Amino acid sequence: MNRKQLTARADRRAFVAQLIAATPEALIVSGLGSASYDVFASGDRDKNYYLWGAMGGATSLGLGLALAQPDKPVVVITGDGEQLMGIGSLATIAAKQPSNLTIVVLDNGHFGETGMQQSHSSLGTDLVAVAKGFGIADAFSVDSTAASAEIAQGINARQGTRFVQVFIAADEPERALPPRDGPYIKNRFRAALGLKPF
Amino acid sequence: MNSHPDTAPDWQKAVFNVLKAGGVQQIAYVPDAGHSHVIRSAIADPDITDVVLTTEEEGVALCSGAWLGGQRAVLLMQSSGVGNCVNMFSLLQSADLPFFTLVTMRGEYAEFNPWQSPMGQATQAALELMGIQVLRAAKPEEVGEIVSAGFDAAFEAGAKVAVLLGQELIGRKKWERK
Repeated sequence: MNRKQLTARADRRAFVAQLIAATPEALIVSGLGSASYDVFASGDRDKNYYLWGAMGGATSLGLGLALAQPDKPVVVITGDGEQLMGIGSLATIAAKQPSNLTIVVLDNGHFGETGMQQSHSSLGTDLVAVAKGFGIADAFSVDSTAASAEIAQGINARQGTRFVQVFIAADEPERALPPRDGPYIKNRFRAALGLKPF
Repeated sequence: MNSHPDTAPDWQKAVFNVLKAGGVQQIAYVPDAGHSHVIRSAIADPDITDVVLTTEEEGVALCSGAWLGGQRAVLLMQSSGVGNCVNMFSLLQSADLPFFTLVTMRGEYAEFNPWQSPMGQATQAALELMGIQVLRAAKPEEVGEIVSAGFDAAFEAGAKVAVLLGQELIGRKKWERK
């Protein structure tokens, strides 16, 4: 399949905003770059953990969080480039199968933050096949903004590890910059879970 | 290979005892012979989730996520894995997260494989370059105390700490298989 021929594409900002609006209890981890901007643009929340670095680490961070908070839905929202750098983490996640973890990869097939160079996901890599190959059976792609509703239901249900590839347009919405103060975000996030400082 | 926990060296039992007593609930690892007792014990313990990694930097992020969610997690790796983690260590500084890792050393004592030496000899410096405090245990009888000291610094004071477990603890690797 040649993804360049795909015409239907979700609007990244609208997709993320609708997804988060429908998952009020979710603990959200966002991968660096555009995914963090999308999450912040939909409205700042104490239960958001924005990454500004640690490329390749979003899904692993989400796994540690999901194992620690099994009664809460955990959502990792990241981009294709960020996911590709930590691709082995999908095997690690598949080995544990946390029922409360959903991975949402906003895939425009490009490294948006660095000048829109093509990424592997528009050069032949099929991320859904990769996720399934690693052992995440509930892996699929969507290409519409409206699909966020069904994905949100799955997040809230916490009935299995899920990997969702969202084909988005390779546009560049205006940047919406979340706080870069890591300790502030950390302490705010933990406080929202009722956790005290040491 | 010994596979029964009771045959493990006392220093390896001491390591697990520190982690268990300290309330660790996630143990992430890329395996090494020196960590084998702790890994077996984690797998057997219903209160601890063992997480096998494809590469060590996953563990840095996983331990950070665990702390965000209110659990203590530790990373077990071999010295070669420290090199894989370097950029991911920036997460610990950027968010000021506690971090505790146990690193079994290669490339520093009776090493047979020269490919282990470059990273093994750079391990401590690489950790320190990234702002991680390094402690070292080389004698079996000191392992428990040093691991406990590093553990407390991490989880009581929020420090980022690595304890290097010297290659002499593991002994000379037997290369001839009979």
